Amino acid sequence: MPGHSHLPAGPGPWSPVVVVVAVLALAYLAAAVRAGTGPRGWPRRRTAAWLLGCAVAAVALSPALAGHDPRAHMARHLLLGMVAPLGLVLAAPVTLLLRVTEPATGRRIGRVLRARPVHVLVHPATAALLAVGGLYAVLLTPLADATSGQVPHNALLLHYLAAGALFTWSIAGPDPAPRRPGMTTRVLVLVLAVAAHSVLAKILYARAPAGPDGDATRAAAQLMYYGGDLAELALAAALFATWYRRRAGTRRPGRRTRRGRNGRPRAVAQEDQPAGLQP
Amino acid sequence: MGVPSTRTGLRPSVLAAGLIGVAAMAAVDEVVFHQILGWHHFYDRATPAVGLLSDGLLHAAELVALAGGFFWFADIRRRGALVPLAAWGGFLLGAGAFQLFDGLVDHKVLRVHQIRYGVDLLPYDLAWNGAAVLLLLAGALVTWRAARRAVR
Repeated sequence: MPGHSHLPAGPGPWSPVVVVVAVLALAYLAAAVRAGTGPRGWPRRRTAAWLLGCAVAAVALSPALAGHDPRAHMARHLLLGMVAPLGLVLAAPVTLLLRVTEPATGRRIGRVLRARPVHVLVHPATAALLAVGGLYAVLLTPLADATSGQVPHNALLLHYLAAGALFTWSIAGPDPAPRRPGMTTRVLVLVLAVAAHSVLAKILYARAPAGPDGDATRAAAQLMYYGGDLAELALAAALFATWYRRRAGTRRPGRRTRRGRNGRPRAVAQEDQPAGLQP
Repeated sequence: MGVPSTRTGLRPSVLAAGLIGVAAMAAVDEVVFHQILGWHHFYDRATPAVGLLSDGLLHAAELVALAGGFFWFADIRRRGALVPLAAWGGFLLGAGAFQLFDGLVDHKVLRVHQIRYGVDLLPYDLAWNGAAVLLLLAGALVTWRAARRAVR
């Protein structure tokens, strides 16, 4: 980022954003209330997660974080691409949708989730490439110049949110996802993505011009590094929490077999301990 | 569900607490030496590209190990298989291993950054790596005692 004149401006008028976010929040609330009256109920923490995610997205797009300053741009990336997705994904929106729609609609959603292109798209590796790779492209290439207009910039912000949500969903999503890769793959991709994110922060820091001109960029790079750490730690905790919950009551000591119930030998080994962390 | 014997819980206790030890020492490095003392630099202009990459990977592994270590530890406790003494041994071993790796590989081999700038480095390096060796020795001693107790 030599200087920061070419960095995208703010997101433009706030009112349409507020309307969209409010509609999303209300739609989820209505569905949650409907599911809540059903026999299985709907957990309040999921509703709270959705509302928090919506609120964070609204703040990220607010005039308070608008402007050309690299720090503001980085804050938008962190909030839209990493923090808001955590809330939105942990709210399990697809599960809620399946709970409140007709079985026919549910089958249609299931068909979409089982489609091969969707498998490829929601694989953690693809999602990481879109999220972190996109960030490299925006922050290190002249692409940033191309996104300085209002419309391309809004597309960029939408990309931050969509790619971040996809990545979070692929790593720690509680929603059903046919053929979701096991813990080893997800932990490995998470480590690589976190590494790529922190290396990019240091590259930005290293490339900033010396003197006061580069100060804002250096501050943005450090915000990216440390702010990213917090969001990534939360994501890692969400991932291992799913492992922890799944393991509750699934295993009896002394009855460890190498072969799973459906003849998949790896299944048991994968449940055994946070894979990828074994020395 | 039978209570697992102390011996079966020994290895996971050491390993899970070891992961937490590694991450805890990494956090100490980040908070104390980078943020509070300001001795280490976020990036010093001498860092070669391979150092930057390896530092990023190590940093990412620590971060994920911190979360994974805690949940693994919680799972061992939930199963009643935790051996506290072995866990302390593992924690010290992990902390010492990180400190020694940081002191030898990061500072000397890859030259990601130095402990402090504008001073004679030798006493700092000796103190840093000496502390690492002490932590490792203490960890090995505690783990060994935990293992001996389990055999009896």
